[in-house]
Amino acid sequence: MSEKNAIRISDVDKVFNEERDDEVIALSNINLDIKEGEFVSLIGPSGCGKSTLLRLIGDLLEPTQGSVEVFGKSAHQARIDQDYGMVFQHAGLFDWRRVAANIELPLELHGWSKSDRATRSQEMLDLVKLPDFGGYYPRQLSGGMQQRVSIARALSFKPKLLLMDEPFGALDEMTREHMQIELLRIWEETGTTVVFVTHSIPEAAFLSNRVVVLSPRPGRVHSVIDVDLGQRTESTREDPSFFGAATEIREALRAVEEQE
Amino acid sequence: MKSSKVTRVFFTVSFVIFFLVLLWEGYKWMGQQTDDLWPGTNFGLPIATNDTIMPHFVDVVGELTAEIRDGRSSMPMYAFLLKKAWFTFQEAAIGFILGLTIGMGLAVFMSRWKVSERGLLPWINVSQTIPLIALAPVVVTWGRNQGLPDLFSISLISTYLTFFPVAVSGLRGLQSPDAAHVELMHSYAASWRTTLFKLRLPAARPYLFPALKLAGSLSVVGAIVGEISIGRKTGLGRAILEYALRYAIFPERLYASVIGAAFLGLSVFGMINLAERFFMRRTREVVS
Repeated sequence: MSEKNAIRISDVDKVFNEERDDEVIALSNINLDIKEGEFVSLIGPSGCGKSTLLRLIGDLLEPTQGSVEVFGKSAHQARIDQDYGMVFQHAGLFDWRRVAANIELPLELHGWSKSDRATRSQEMLDLVKLPDFGGYYPRQLSGGMQQRVSIARALSFKPKLLLMDEPFGALDEMTREHMQIELLRIWEETGTTVVFVTHSIPEAAFLSNRVVVLSPRPGRVHSVIDVDLGQRTESTREDPSFFGAATEIREALRAVEEQE
Repeated sequence: MKSSKVTRVFFTVSFVIFFLVLLWEGYKWMGQQTDDLWPGTNFGLPIATNDTIMPHFVDVVGELTAEIRDGRSSMPMYAFLLKKAWFTFQEAAIGFILGLTIGMGLAVFMSRWKVSERGLLPWINVSQTIPLIALAPVVVTWGRNQGLPDLFSISLISTYLTFFPVAVSGLRGLQSPDAAHVELMHSYAASWRTTLFKLRLPAARPYLFPALKLAGSLSVVGAIVGEISIGRKTGLGRAILEYALRYAIFPERLYASVIGAAFLGLSVFGMINLAERFFMRRTREVVS
């Protein structure tokens, strides 16, 4: 982890339907720096604006006030430069494309040659441990496998930043834990910065270097919790340090609820 | 398609035809026994069963092979109908292609600008409430004024019917991708055009092909109605009109020409099915 900032969010407000009857203040006065190579989770009750914050970083939404910088440039420029890959809750693969062609989609849009694309998609399939599934169609794969393809697609053009919006939310518990280990391995192998939206306390505790707890209506940063579990394995889940981190996050979330 | 599937389709179709013929002849036989009354009652049958109203199936089929005069030459009925159907098919095909182009153009335009959807869609719906019979002479007169061949005017009438299902279902299909898919393309900084070709058009296919099948049948209907109202001597519509006028003398001929029209409609339907198989071959593999 370097000391350079990957993301700098300064004084950001986000208001939907401004000056209308159904105006919603989604985020208010958000300040947050995320370092290069860091794994940061955004957690909070529903309606706290965690997905909105992720979309502001990805320039899929624009802030009403304040600024979002990604790798020292505006979020908009970072999107144009393809500095990040995105993973959604539902894998969002294109049914009509084979798995390999799905992974190659961003490369195709960036004008890569066919042979380069094929080489890279195979590398990515190896990375997410689905080496023999390139020729399958998404619907032939399980939910967990689809989500791994989705991660491979997001990483195919080697972005320095990975934005993940509850990527494991639709998976069963066992698959989910397995995917978390896989994600940590990929994070370590690629050195990518990860911003990870979740509403699972154990997931945030297990994966993150830092957990940002948001409070709802309007969304604000309630607290930022540092977590250091070192090298994580399946046995980490039974380690007191893991429970300690989870407890700390849980207490912060309770405090958020009591505020309301 | 596997050969076993071909045989299965062949037997299914044969069976259905056999069943319908049996129903036709059985009803006719029953009516002949009871003087067109329901057996054991005094209630009349809905359709009279004499040879003018319901000719025997074999007579209709026989009529298809009978020699008839076409101008100075003479040829079997089926060849005559095929010749007529070929003209109608050309008109319908031009109408279909124009309708597809205009319909998809409108769908793309409306999906691009929400305002245009609100402005155009009501008019597209209204367009279909105008009876074709009223519209056809207008199109023909206008076409002749512009010096367009009648074939093209008939195609335009056919276009008028075909563009509608394409525009409406096309729009539905182009709007069908999830928000997440659209966001994904946005995150790749993909242009509107790229999103159209890589996401929206492929996603629209399952919506589009049922509409195309409907449009295909409508294109034939439009061409036949166009021929009838224009008085063009060449097509199937003209043949149907002539045989309808001489129904009392040659009822079998009208039935034969209707079979010809049905055959043309089915052929168009089959062609669109083949196109669907080709364009959706990838998704098909998974399902079947």
